[in-house]
Amino acid sequence: MNMIVCCKQVLDPEAAPSTFKLDAANNRMVQPPEVKPVVSPYDEQAVEAALRIKDKDKTQKISIISLGNGLVRDVVKKPLSMGADELILLEDPAFEGGDSYAVASALAAAIKKVGQFDLIFFGRQESEWDDGQVGTGVAELLGIPSITVAKKVEDIGGGKVRVERIVADGFQVVEVQAPAVITVSNELGEARYATLKGIMAASKKQPIVWKPADIGLDAAKVGTAARKAKIVKLFQPVKEGKCEIVSADSPAEAAALLAQKLRDNKVI
Amino acid sequence: MADNKGILVVGELAEGKLLPISAELLGAGKRLADELKESLSCILIGEKVGDVANAAVAAGADKVCVVEDAQLKDYQTDTFMPVMDKAIAELAPRIVLMGQTSLGRDLAPRLAFKLGVAAVMDCLELTIDTASKAMNCTRPVYGGNARAIFTTEGFPQIATLRQKAGTPLAPDAGRKGDIVSLAVSLDASKIRVKVLETVKEEVTGIKIEDAQAVVAGGRGVGGPEPFSNELLELAKVLKGAVGASRPPCDNKWVPDSIQVGLTGKIIAPELYIAVAISGSSQHMSGCSGSKTIVAINKDPEANIFKEARFGVVGDWKVILPAFTAKVKQLLQ
Repeated sequence: MNMIVCCKQVLDPEAAPSTFKLDAANNRMVQPPEVKPVVSPYDEQAVEAALRIKDKDKTQKISIISLGNGLVRDVVKKPLSMGADELILLEDPAFEGGDSYAVASALAAAIKKVGQFDLIFFGRQESEWDDGQVGTGVAELLGIPSITVAKKVEDIGGGKVRVERIVADGFQVVEVQAPAVITVSNELGEARYATLKGIMAASKKQPIVWKPADIGLDAAKVGTAARKAKIVKLFQPVKEGKCEIVSADSPAEAAALLAQKLRDNKVI
Repeated sequence: MADNKGILVVGELAEGKLLPISAELLGAGKRLADELKESLSCILIGEKVGDVANAAVAAGADKVCVVEDAQLKDYQTDTFMPVMDKAIAELAPRIVLMGQTSLGRDLAPRLAFKLGVAAVMDCLELTIDTASKAMNCTRPVYGGNARAIFTTEGFPQIATLRQKAGTPLAPDAGRKGDIVSLAVSLDASKIRVKVLETVKEEVTGIKIEDAQAVVAGGRGVGGPEPFSNELLELAKVLKGAVGASRPPCDNKWVPDSIQVGLTGKIIAPELYIAVAISGSSQHMSGCSGSKTIVAINKDPEANIFKEARFGVVGDWKVILPAFTAKVKQLLQ
């Protein structure tokens, strides 16, 4: 199978909430120097899902596509060091500022240029806008089926895959004939670490870089210009932060005092 | 399509009943419809869904479209898309609303891309801009650290609403509404994703989304045992349920079905007790609607203390048993 995994470079979502700052005037986030970019965590799990298929048949190929501008090579190369075969970067200032519609349109154009694909993996949602639309959108633009929020993906031969997808209170087992889009959730399990051998191999690989014109798009009609959803306002919700810390001579006494407080405030 | 009018809510059922999120959507939709002086419709899609049409009217719908077919028993993208296509062509709504559920997450973007419009996902608040009559959608971004208000171009405007973000109307059995059935011919050969089986993961006791008290543990709890011992004991005393942040689920200490957070369950109990949970934004997205949050954490700087109403700083292993004992005594 030819597999494509779309990975986004994001600012580390595990960074402490106190480091988060907004540039409200420009409706965007400010990157604090101590917060480093990473591959969006669900996207790493999407790479893992593809690698588990490749583990069973080494002839299968995994291509990674990342879109952005000023992408940090050591970050976007991580999927290569985990075991992916090639890296395609859609990298241009014009790609900046897109919404899910703009990003999905560019990715679909790039995937068409790649040409051969059976499975296209995405994380269920990236960790900045948490939109969760790009994978499904690419499927619709390419006219192929999509399976969302997968926790297990198995190649069952004959160009078919069996997928377990999370639904309320359980999961569904579904089957689809490739080509198809699959979005992957954290229930798949942890993504593997990059091996030293993988890191060495990745360091030797050069990413393929495509500009809008390379995928048949007009640079004036991608990124911000291709948005369908406009930001009216970006703001930080005001937190009241009125936590009453209950303390006493010993932790056990503090615990009892807490229970009494809840009772006095009619919480219990 | 400047003539698009009215609001269409996609209703959902479980076990023959309208889901709470659908009543919340109808409540939110009704307020928007009143502001626009337009009507509110609800579409019910499934094998047998007509029985809840009256409940949808009582919850605020002026019109209910019932679409029944054995092939619509489970949600599938390839069967629900033709139904939505036809419904949108016939009703030409200004706004389409769905819940941020398994269905909404899948159907809303697919439909939006097909129609060449944008969907705004997981909204907390929907309002109408008086001048343009456009819907403004407020949603959390950056893992809950910020919020953004979006508006979209083209019709219909599509949004999904987060569970518990909308307020249902008080059901009024005396409300009048039109109930119509919509016939859609489905072609089985167009179903590309075949559902082989649906596996329910049974939870014993009270479901976390129904519980009025939730005792949740985080990474700091250290392993699976406390979830079935100390945390469960307190949950039982409070007649509530046990929950978890993401790390205990990812570590397989507890089933994924009790994960509280952006990608797990969104709950709003009366009382939420966070035990050894740092309070990441992604976790808080799942429980910030709780009436009272209580935090027990050994790190006084933990973010959870910025979100909680009451807190104790210290080792949960010492605090929790003493707390449970006192609660038990007070509730006797």
